[in-house]
Amino acid sequence: MADTLMKFADAVKKYDPVFGLEVHVELSTNTKLFCPAHIEFGGEPNSQLTPVSLGLPGSLPVVNKTAIDYAIKLGLALHCDIAEWSQFARKNYFYPDMPRDYQISQYDKPLNGNGYLDVELDDGEMFRVPIERAHVEDDAGKNTHVGGADGRIEGADHSLCDYNRAGVPLIEIVTKPVEGAGARAAEIAGAYVRTIRDIVRALNISHARMEQGNMRADVNISLRKTPQDPLGTRSETKNVNSFKGIEKTLVYEIRRQAAILDKGGEILQETRHWDEASQTTAGGRVKSDANDYRYFPDPDLVMVHVTKSHIDELAAHMPEMPRERRARLKAEWKFSDLEMRDAVNAGALDLIEETVKAGSDAAGARKWWMGELSRIANEQGVSLEELSITPQDVADVQNLVTAGKLNDKLAKQTVAGVLAGEGTPAEVVAKHNYQVVSDDGALESAVTEALDKNPDIADKLRSGNMKPMGAIIGAVMRATHGQADAKAVSKIVMQKIHQG
Amino acid sequence: MSSQDNSRLNDLVTLSAAEMAEKIQHNEVSSRELVESELKVIESAEPSIQAFLHVSKDEALKQADAFDKKHAAGETEGLPELAGVPIAIKDMIVTKGIETTAASKILQGWVPPYDATVITKIKAAGMPILGKTNLDEFAQGSSTEHSAYTTTHNPWDTERVPGGSGGGSASAVASFEAPLALGTDTGGSIRQPGALTGTVGVKPTYGGVSRFGAIAMASSLDQIGPVSRTVLDSALLHELIGGYDEHDSTSIPKSLPSIVKAAREGQKMDLKGMKVGLIKEISGEGFQPGVQARFDEALKALENMGAEVVEVSCPHLSYALGAYYIIMPSEVSSNLARYDGMRYGLRVMPPEGTDQTAANMMAATREAGFGDEVKRRIILGTYALSAGYYDAWYGSAQKVRTLIIRDYENAFKQCDVLVSPTSPSTAFKFGEKMNDPLTMYLEDVATIPANLAGVPAMSIPAGLSDDGLPVGFQFFAPQMRDDLMYKPAAALEAALDQSRGGPMLQSMKTPWLESLAK
Repeated sequence: MADTLMKFADAVKKYDPVFGLEVHVELSTNTKLFCPAHIEFGGEPNSQLTPVSLGLPGSLPVVNKTAIDYAIKLGLALHCDIAEWSQFARKNYFYPDMPRDYQISQYDKPLNGNGYLDVELDDGEMFRVPIERAHVEDDAGKNTHVGGADGRIEGADHSLCDYNRAGVPLIEIVTKPVEGAGARAAEIAGAYVRTIRDIVRALNISHARMEQGNMRADVNISLRKTPQDPLGTRSETKNVNSFKGIEKTLVYEIRRQAAILDKGGEILQETRHWDEASQTTAGGRVKSDANDYRYFPDPDLVMVHVTKSHIDELAAHMPEMPRERRARLKAEWKFSDLEMRDAVNAGALDLIEETVKAGSDAAGARKWWMGELSRIANEQGVSLEELSITPQDVADVQNLVTAGKLNDKLAKQTVAGVLAGEGTPAEVVAKHNYQVVSDDGALESAVTEALDKNPDIADKLRSGNMKPMGAIIGAVMRATHGQADAKAVSKIVMQKIHQG
Repeated sequence: MSSQDNSRLNDLVTLSAAEMAEKIQHNEVSSRELVESELKVIESAEPSIQAFLHVSKDEALKQADAFDKKHAAGETEGLPELAGVPIAIKDMIVTKGIETTAASKILQGWVPPYDATVITKIKAAGMPILGKTNLDEFAQGSSTEHSAYTTTHNPWDTERVPGGSGGGSASAVASFEAPLALGTDTGGSIRQPGALTGTVGVKPTYGGVSRFGAIAMASSLDQIGPVSRTVLDSALLHELIGGYDEHDSTSIPKSLPSIVKAAREGQKMDLKGMKVGLIKEISGEGFQPGVQARFDEALKALENMGAEVVEVSCPHLSYALGAYYIIMPSEVSSNLARYDGMRYGLRVMPPEGTDQTAANMMAATREAGFGDEVKRRIILGTYALSAGYYDAWYGSAQKVRTLIIRDYENAFKQCDVLVSPTSPSTAFKFGEKMNDPLTMYLEDVATIPANLAGVPAMSIPAGLSDDGLPVGFQFFAPQMRDDLMYKPAAALEAALDQSRGGPMLQSMKTPWLESLAK
């Protein structure tokens, strides 16, 4: 039975949504969290294993120090307290892709605790998301169910287990209940997860590709009548693996729960799944009994000791965080708030920066990436990075424009040539002999001819109506095969009419 | 084979490992001849002893030949002193290419694709592996009656148990089937069988010998250690297998004082200046009179060599058994979860007419694959760790553990080593305690505290009780000071050998050796 929904606007008017996110980020270490098995996306199934990652009898885990350093860096970026002594615990439960039948995670003594993240929303408003903890754990393997409908376990004939992912280090970032979000809950959640993605990329500790499962989120949400009421019963939607999905899950759950509460119903505490195809969440396991994971300190692992001096050393080498970087670039480039946000949202910041580094002026770089190139990328259905043009190419084209050697039209043609694989901008320009004709003699005769052919336009111009100027320039362009410098043309036109 | 050859064989296999090593050095015997001799003893003794689950004859001979070739070419310089001497391995320790089962049906047929760190070291030392010895299933038991495959017999009296869980290793060494063996000790599984079979058994400092490749029973308590016929042999083997291992997080990254040196020092029988602490709480009442008598005599012998004996109190040791039987099964319940039929070992499909789900397959596999004692401990541990009971059981037990650690620390402020009898009684008859788990658990009352505290401990033969069966004498030393217990142990061994005119095991009846000599 499909759930009935309340209109979102009504739902957030009637109820106060409180949400919490558990974001799993896969660390991009070379080897697994507890053994030297290599990590590589898309390897042959069960090709990246050691006795430890397979949980063979007698095998013992040893913590990967790089993973701990990565986690500390993230803790610093999230303004967490880094524990001097943290501990791994066993989370005992059975799942066919869990090699030891327990996960090694952190429980009551996590590495990072009590932090926050300031999140910038589309309109520039800031929202502070409080963070409970960010702890380290290892991932499970992957089951592929064969023989059932759409790969689900129900009705499957058998399942294949691939343990390549088993033991890959994860950081789980858990927020405190996020209160006061109101109608902007979904927006805040989306911006929060995007900000985390930007941070882990800036720290170079994760590839943070949601589509490859490098990042995934569990979305908890509950509603209450007023902010003064205690938290309501929550639903937990597991493993949402797209930014849009996270936002849509929140919106959907707010609408669904509001409809239930409105009818005097009760929210079940359950795990749910976001279904991309139907754009709905579906109920899973009802948590009538709390799961008893029988946590206890893992006796195979000594406590993780992090000295103050080690934290200081890592802190001293922290890269610039995305928000600070944006503020700095915005000032350097003299962009407006809107221009900056558009560039960020389009994922064009790095490209613009590289183009500027390659010698372009910032405004020109922005214009290319946010204008013509965004249009082409959109048309081709690819991301800006995937276009076959480099920031250096764009800088070269822009510099030719600035130097007056190309006009806008020729510049666009040059870019098209680069994208078509004709070579560098210089090569494309040479091949087609693109050049702005600014030779006064040649332009003057072309202008004269155009004015003579269009006496009515000439009259209008003389009488001070400048609207048809474009038509004259267009005629001159045609006569010069597009190579005329438009500014020079309009200057000559002005001279001519005033002479005449 | 001529009878002369056979008497040479008898002379060879009754040598200590150190003596065998010396003969190898002087080219008086080859590693191959030692292995062949032991294989003959194994063949003769096994029908009545059953110490081995698997004899790796071909591999052992291959390893011996490889060593002999190197030795002939002068390439064995720098190898440990025990190089070329054969050894038996408790089947709780994984050996690449040799079936390892932990005496459980659930691992039947499992051939590990890797070696435990101790096995890597033993192989590097050119020590041939004779085979895998029997134990209580997953090292859970004190009599080796809980093995899923066979029952090992005590060479002193084959109607009696050899102790457990390392009954196989202890009996193999006591019966001269192997000069040395490795065991694992979680609550006394090396020392208690040592006491019951008249062998030397050592539980090193926790973290002193890598656990990598020791099938986990209870990770915070397990320790691999040597089984031998002399204190020096244990010292040599202990030094060989010890040291830091990057594959074991709990391994101690420091080099410890030489224990071989300490053992050799002890052989001089001079203990002047040494303070020996008698632990009040583990002796006297509850200990078999003959056991107590041999213990008291041994204490006298230590005094005669110049040691000062003082009585110390470790008041929380009386709670050790209780804490152990919470912590151990808790860890067991988690460590044994991986035996689910999913990846290796036994897989039993659910009965016809039942859903063929993973959960049902796992249940059927565990029902068929685990023995009663293992199931009992898994259930105990699952309960002790479960929500709502964790603090009352596991949490309290850990607090007791801390108190016991402090007891030892305080005691070691007053003396260099601590002593107690190893086991309350001598070897009991098969079935005697089998149906009374609580009585069986009392077998380890004197050995368990060392595992909880992580301190090193060892058992050496202290003579025969009035029933003609061996009695063990136990030493404890402070953490990382294993050397401290080797000195008085070697001294006591020398003194006792002197007073009885030779090693105790020579008084044991060995029909399987006699039949070989005929």
